[in-house]
Amino acid sequence: MRRRNWSLPYALFLLVFVVIPLLLIVLYAFTDEEGAFTMANFRKFLMHPEAMNTFIYSIGIAIITTIVCLVLGYPAAYILSQKQFNTSKTMVVLFILPMWVNILIRTLATVALFDFLQLPLGEGALVFGMVYNFLPFMIYPIYNTLQKMDKSLIEAAQDLGANPLKVFNKVILPLSAPGIVSGIVMVFMPTVSTFAIAELLTMNNIKLFGTTVQENIYNGMWNYGAALSLIMLLLIGIMGLFTNDEDNAQNESGGVI
Amino acid sequence: MMTKILAKAYLWFLLALLYAPILIIMIFSFTEAKVLGNWTGFSTKLYSSLFSGGMHHSLMNAIWNTFAIAMLAASISTMLGSIAAIGIYNLRSRARGIMNFTNNIPIMNPDIITGVSLFLLFVSFGISQGFTTVVLAHIAFCTPYVVLSVMPRLKKMNSNIYEAALDLGATPFQALRKVILPEILPGMISGFILAFTLSIDDFAVTIFTIGNEGLETLSTYIYADARKGGLTPELRPLSTIIFVTVLVLLIVINKRAEKQEKEK
Amino acid sequence: MQQSSYIIEVQNVSKFFGEKVALDNINLNVKKGEFVTILGPSGCGKTTLLRLIAGFQTASEGEIRISGKEITQTPPHLRPVNTVFQKYALFPHLNVFDNIAFGLKLKKTPKQVIEKKVKAALKMVGMTDYEDRDVDSLSGGQQQRVAIARAIVNEPEVLLLDEPLAALDLKMRKDMQMELKEMHQKLGITFVYVTHDQEEALTLSDTIVVMSEGKIQQIGTPMDIYNEPTNAFVADFIGESNILNGTMIKDEVVNFAGHDFECVDKGFGTNMPVDVVIRPEDIYIFDVSDAAQLTGTVTSCIFKGVHFEMLVQTKQGYELMVQDYHAFEAGREVGLLVKPFDIHVMKKERTCNTFEGKMLDETHVEFLGCEFECLPHEGIMPGDNVEVKVDFNHVILEDNEEDGKLTGEVKFILYKGNHYHLTVFSDWDEDIYVDTNDVWDDGDRVGITILPKHIRINKL
Repeated sequence: MRRRNWSLPYALFLLVFVVIPLLLIVLYAFTDEEGAFTMANFRKFLMHPEAMNTFIYSIGIAIITTIVCLVLGYPAAYILSQKQFNTSKTMVVLFILPMWVNILIRTLATVALFDFLQLPLGEGALVFGMVYNFLPFMIYPIYNTLQKMDKSLIEAAQDLGANPLKVFNKVILPLSAPGIVSGIVMVFMPTVSTFAIAELLTMNNIKLFGTTVQENIYNGMWNYGAALSLIMLLLIGIMGLFTNDEDNAQNESGGVI
Repeated sequence: MMTKILAKAYLWFLLALLYAPILIIMIFSFTEAKVLGNWTGFSTKLYSSLFSGGMHHSLMNAIWNTFAIAMLAASISTMLGSIAAIGIYNLRSRARGIMNFTNNIPIMNPDIITGVSLFLLFVSFGISQGFTTVVLAHIAFCTPYVVLSVMPRLKKMNSNIYEAALDLGATPFQALRKVILPEILPGMISGFILAFTLSIDDFAVTIFTIGNEGLETLSTYIYADARKGGLTPELRPLSTIIFVTVLVLLIVINKRAEKQEKEK
Repeated sequence: MQQSSYIIEVQNVSKFFGEKVALDNINLNVKKGEFVTILGPSGCGKTTLLRLIAGFQTASEGEIRISGKEITQTPPHLRPVNTVFQKYALFPHLNVFDNIAFGLKLKKTPKQVIEKKVKAALKMVGMTDYEDRDVDSLSGGQQQRVAIARAIVNEPEVLLLDEPLAALDLKMRKDMQMELKEMHQKLGITFVYVTHDQEEALTLSDTIVVMSEGKIQQIGTPMDIYNEPTNAFVADFIGESNILNGTMIKDEVVNFAGHDFECVDKGFGTNMPVDVVIRPEDIYIFDVSDAAQLTGTVTSCIFKGVHFEMLVQTKQGYELMVQDYHAFEAGREVGLLVKPFDIHVMKKERTCNTFEGKMLDETHVEFLGCEFECLPHEGIMPGDNVEVKVDFNHVILEDNEEDGKLTGEVKFILYKGNHYHLTVFSDWDEDIYVDTNDVWDDGDRVGITILPKHIRINKL
């Protein structure tokens, strides 16, 4: 057997467990319970103020979270990537580690922290929890691009008469743009699609769009749930267009963390 | 000098922020108080009651299920993914592009979409949900990571070594076992550990594929528990144990990656 | 059945990759114990030929025999040949000993025998006591020695070497060349060696096979190939040479660079166009005197370590490269002389471009996949199949691809003393030969134009 045929079992697996399920979302989204074609699911979403509000509110929270993560994360990534601060590799690992802790445990830990400090749960806790959960996703890609950047470019800019601010604005920032973009996507996507954790952080006072999707599926409203999933997928697909193959290549270059 | 200190201070501030919640859980796992935040003296009672079982039969079950699912999913993913990686590596560029793209879908997709899509798959084909469906779902989102960790090993491999083995009298199967396998083994091990951690950690996909026959994994147990309003005190030592385990596993992976890099 | 005296016989072998012809009807016989080098520029098919012999690829057409046994379709692990790869291809997870023992272990050789043979092989490559070393800790030269030991320990009938020294630095390469030659003598087995380095080929080989564009150009001893190249390509590829257009006036007289020279070649007929090759070291250079056959001015003079390399512009407008132990600085008037037996005369493979075409109407002809305007030719009717001839110097190359009737890529450049002779690979997949004074680079994309008055048409 030719070795290229070794990809066949996995190709079949991907077809059954990735491609067909995604197509099913589309199929369910455009059909009613009897299986007939309909746009009713989408109409229902547009006519349903609560779902609409949750959707917009989720995007808002995701945007705020993303901005806070960027503002907090960029300097951290920059410091970590620069030799002059001689930060150790362990430091980088420490920043990325929380990424691998169960999201529920992380969320419950945030709740515990707020309890401990006797702070009220609510919107503040929600944003804190989200930032806490997803900050590593911002730091890592930015760190990655900054670290791979040719350091002689900075020296070249200095040599050509740029002051430190100019060096940052004209060289470092533009060159780290791909990292920023993938950081934004990597924070925005999970934030906008999480479910369950918002409720835990706000004592069930605030619901995000992910929860709306989950509840509908849970309550047997598969078609409507699929339509909502498709809307989320489209939103994320639009975001995903900003990332390019180069960023994906990062994932492939070995090293798991 | 000043900027250096400020920079360091900033990093430590962020780290404190990131680790404060986890540290709090860890600290309060060593006290008996029912409500988190009350310190009633050092005790390991929560740890012993976590392992004494009995009272928390369902929790022990959830732990066991989580472990079994992770073992199965990680093992199958590693085999499937490694074979797939060799196949994909040998594909012509067009087909390879398609496979790589499809392989990236589960990685790029938010968990909830993966969960919903698999849920719809199982209900559409009338497959009753339970242990098997969770394992299948976990294989679906773990295998792409195995492919991604085996692929760089194949790419780094001198493409002539397979031919060299054939040239020296090895049959294609012997060449694979004696030359290719040792070369990709580190990637397979990293992939396995990665798949294992991902599976243990997963909540979103599990909850959509676990069905309602009473099967629980750790994630769903914690979720159900948290929904009830409070955190079972025993979850504090458990979270601590999980965190430390994940920490150790990740450090192992990282050290491996670093060592491999140094070798090159 | 008649026993063949050749160890490798390649008969009418062709290899196609899709549309591309990698090897075009190759015939090659290698004697037992010979050191054969397959020499050619990159992409000439030399590595493909080696891989067909090793069995990593199979021939599309033709037959390969080793020791008289037909092995065209035999998988590599069943062939009595072993290969030394360009980038060594040592198994990184095995140490030196296990790398070398790999083939023997597969053959279930007894342990003591393996040990003895591996030790002997290591001794042969001068790496005694390296058994336990990690292959990654070795230098490039050492890795190559291990790769050679790994191949020869299996006692193959033929050792195939695919540019084994290409990755080494110059000094190391020279040393390894000598060692390979010694090894070949000691082992007494057949070596088939692939390289693009002509000097390496001349130093090492008993026989050189010069390849270009999937075809064998010449097979011969290093001396033959250097002294009697069969065509301009071989002359240009092996060593430095002056290649000029000439005319064979009659037997033993050839005209080139505007002068009649006495030579030793005959049998070309009278007034036949030929290629003339003169090695730069075969031209005598001296202050102008009556002995001079050509006179000219030195335009550049570079010291090359042992000799000086000078370019001389002759009165007749030809540029010649001359090598001599004495320097004649730029600007100096000099005389040049070539002895008869140093003039190599070669039959021209072609004297003009010839294409198959079809008459469309009175003034239009189709060839090279395009429609060209032409002058009316008597006795040729529309629809006739015709032979189209275009002189080399009447093909016009344009910088801008769109300006040409069709496009192509410059792929082989030959300097002919006063002009360049280019081979242009047209996008219609046919070669067009062009004489031009303009300087082009290998790989340049060009537009190709031919004026109507320069298209000559004959009925087929």
